[in-house]
Amino acid sequence: MIIRIMGEGQLKLDSSAVDELNKLDSELEKAVESNDDAAFSSALQALLAKTRAMGAALPADAIEPSELILPREGATIDEVRELLANGGLIPG
Amino acid sequence: MGVMKRVSTIFRAKANKALDKMEDPRETLDYSYQTQLELLQKVRRGVADVATSRKRVELQMNQLQQTSDKLDRQARDSLAAGREDLAREALSRKSGVQGQLTDLQAQYASLQGEEEKLTAASQRLQAKVDAFRVKKETIKATYTAAEATTRINEVFTGISEEMSDVGLAIQRAEDKTEQMKARAGAIDELMASGALTDALGGPPPDDIQAELDRMGATQSVDAELERIKAELAGGTGPKEIGSGQADSSVGQPSGTNFQKEQPGSGGA
Repeated sequence: MIIRIMGEGQLKLDSSAVDELNKLDSELEKAVESNDDAAFSSALQALLAKTRAMGAALPADAIEPSELILPREGATIDEVRELLANGGLIPG
Repeated sequence: MGVMKRVSTIFRAKANKALDKMEDPRETLDYSYQTQLELLQKVRRGVADVATSRKRVELQMNQLQQTSDKLDRQARDSLAAGREDLAREALSRKSGVQGQLTDLQAQYASLQGEEEKLTAASQRLQAKVDAFRVKKETIKATYTAAEATTRINEVFTGISEEMSDVGLAIQRAEDKTEQMKARAGAIDELMASGALTDALGGPPPDDIQAELDRMGATQSVDAELERIKAELAGGTGPKEIGSGQADSSVGQPSGTNFQKEQPGSGGA
């Protein structure tokens, strides 16, 4: 399974990792919905740390779509909300 | 559906939309390649802009450090001259300058981080663009338009995701450098006007220097007066013989040179 961390690149993870990541991801989602900044940044931090720990970097010249995409480190709750709304932030 | 999946769906939808617009999928490859090269240029410019911004902050940090050192010296000089009031003023301004300095240091670190990230992104994109160029030629040579579609979808979606990510990173970096430019401009103006070091009220620090200079001048005038008074009273003789010796020692070598040149020019 390929996961992208925005601003950092792609990682390859074993599919078995997905359950653990999903747990953290739903915490992140809850934090976005309840607009809880503190919970959001700690959930994002945990999710990024776990993904980095369990993943191996994909070679730079690999051209493959990611199954899951994580917001960049330090992203704000507003940034993620805007991204989720319509991808309106994405240029091009 | 969690955040991670939703974001990836959004990225994918964007790629599909672009893909749908193309009639011949193989044309998509050429078009995409052009866009990739443009983006690569943009990232490189972004890296250069962030570096420029970082250097400007560095310059300002040096200037503020000099001001801080100067205020520190003035505080010491003031104390040595028994003017604790001036020393206090200089030190309180120094603390204001130090505050600005700390702020700039944080900005510097953040710009440095941005520069590193963008540089890495530029290298990743370069590697992918190179790989894409090879893949695109292989696909065009091997498959008919219809056959190529599935392969193109995969490659296009992959590169499109990378480009979206890099595009967002550049936007963020541009926003940041714009903010930094505005702040740096404001600090430059403050430094030029002397208002920055004046932030805590009272006259600018050069007035501390002026006061110290005045005090120094008064002291040396007093000393001079005392010396002259002593001379008049005690009849001390003049002691200015040294200047005559210096004159003759300068004159001699130039005279020798002149003499040497005469026979030299005659022989030529």
